[in-house]
Amino acid sequence: MERRCLDAQFKGVSTGTTILAATFDGGVVIGSDSRASIGGEYVSSKTINKVIQVHDRIFCCMAGSLADAQAVLKAAKFHLSFHSVQMESQPQVIAAASVLKDLCYKNKDELQAGFITAGWDRKKGPQIYVVSLGGMLISQQVTIGGSGSTYIYGYVDAKYRPDMSREECLQFATNALALAMGRDNVSGGVAHLVVITESGAEHIVVPGNKLPKFNDE
Amino acid sequence: DVSDAAARFCPKRSGSGMDREEVSTGTTIMAVEYDGGVVIGADSRTTTGAYIANRVTDKLTPIHERIFCCRSGSAADTQAIAEVVAYQLAPLVETAAHLFKASCYRYREELTAGILVAGWDRRRGGQVYCVPIGGMLVRQPVSVGGSGSTYIYGFMDSNYKPNMTKEQCLELTASALTLAMERDGSSGGVVRLASISESGVERRVILGNQLPKIVSTH
Repeated sequence: MERRCLDAQFKGVSTGTTILAATFDGGVVIGSDSRASIGGEYVSSKTINKVIQVHDRIFCCMAGSLADAQAVLKAAKFHLSFHSVQMESQPQVIAAASVLKDLCYKNKDELQAGFITAGWDRKKGPQIYVVSLGGMLISQQVTIGGSGSTYIYGYVDAKYRPDMSREECLQFATNALALAMGRDNVSGGVAHLVVITESGAEHIVVPGNKLPKFNDE
Repeated sequence: DVSDAAARFCPKRSGSGMDREEVSTGTTIMAVEYDGGVVIGADSRTTTGAYIANRVTDKLTPIHERIFCCRSGSAADTQAIAEVVAYQLAPLVETAAHLFKASCYRYREELTAGILVAGWDRRRGGQVYCVPIGGMLVRQPVSVGGSGSTYIYGFMDSNYKPNMTKEQCLELTASALTLAMERDGSSGGVVRLASISESGVERRVILGNQLPKIVSTH
């Protein structure tokens, strides 16, 4: 663990993981792998779920230090439910992202956590927000994160289109996760995917042996 | 050599106190086998720190009539190794690859060199050999290298199929290099391609404004 801390200080903490989110016509898909590892040598969990629900139609994926991310998400869930009671309506996706951003920015010296927030609200429809390590908040149509994401930049750049259907987007996200898990040794396990639309959120799990294979000899 | 001259005249950065950094081919290189030959490609950027010392570098270096190598890592190291191998002459691609491996492995502590050796010979046709940093040698049907290569593993895994034609390989290589150059700050410039087969070597250059327009997400 000591060695990992030193590595992290030198290279920047990046959870061994692959997370992504992509909007399609009518909704958004958010997904992640399911591996937790210690120092890239021991897989401490094969089936951890990194897609956390913060409200009915708002989900988050965490990046960076898992401990920091969990603490921030716990505080954010509380703030958000309080906010939704005050406003007497479902919170907007940007509200959830802003709560996370506030926490990350104000405590930037102590924390090392980033998030992908994806969801659907009545005002703007499907949205994705990225809160980076220092507390920057930006909106994107498609985003990838974690150590496994470097291997799929090319694939995502080439394959993503904003006007895909639900099935096409699910296939795109599954393929992207499978490709990243195939090359990154600290990403793996099953693919957790959540599809969020006006009608609600659906959680899909694709086990390792059902993932698409790409020249895997 | 142009890149060496540029490195000599590159001013020291006085404000930050940083010494002049080594000239490096932070790069993207790729090689694909097809039935009858190989296609190889590379970007054209050589950097000294953040300064682009040469924006039209030729990283596809001939070793023999139908054997080329694609260089990544330290420009000086890879040029020196390529000269050593070319001097020893190697009519078989496998021999050239082993010569590279011998130099890279023996001096692994002093060198930073990642090399792809690709060519055509009468015995085994088109072949691609990968000699990454450390001096391992492995033959692969398709291989990428350099700093920009991490971004295109996913694209390559999903788009490469065995038994493609020469045109398909050229298109795949050009697209993959374009995607990598888009994301990697140390790769850029023009795309240099070469196809090597029994009939010889065909080289071509794709300039920046002629690169394939891949739908971009930004």
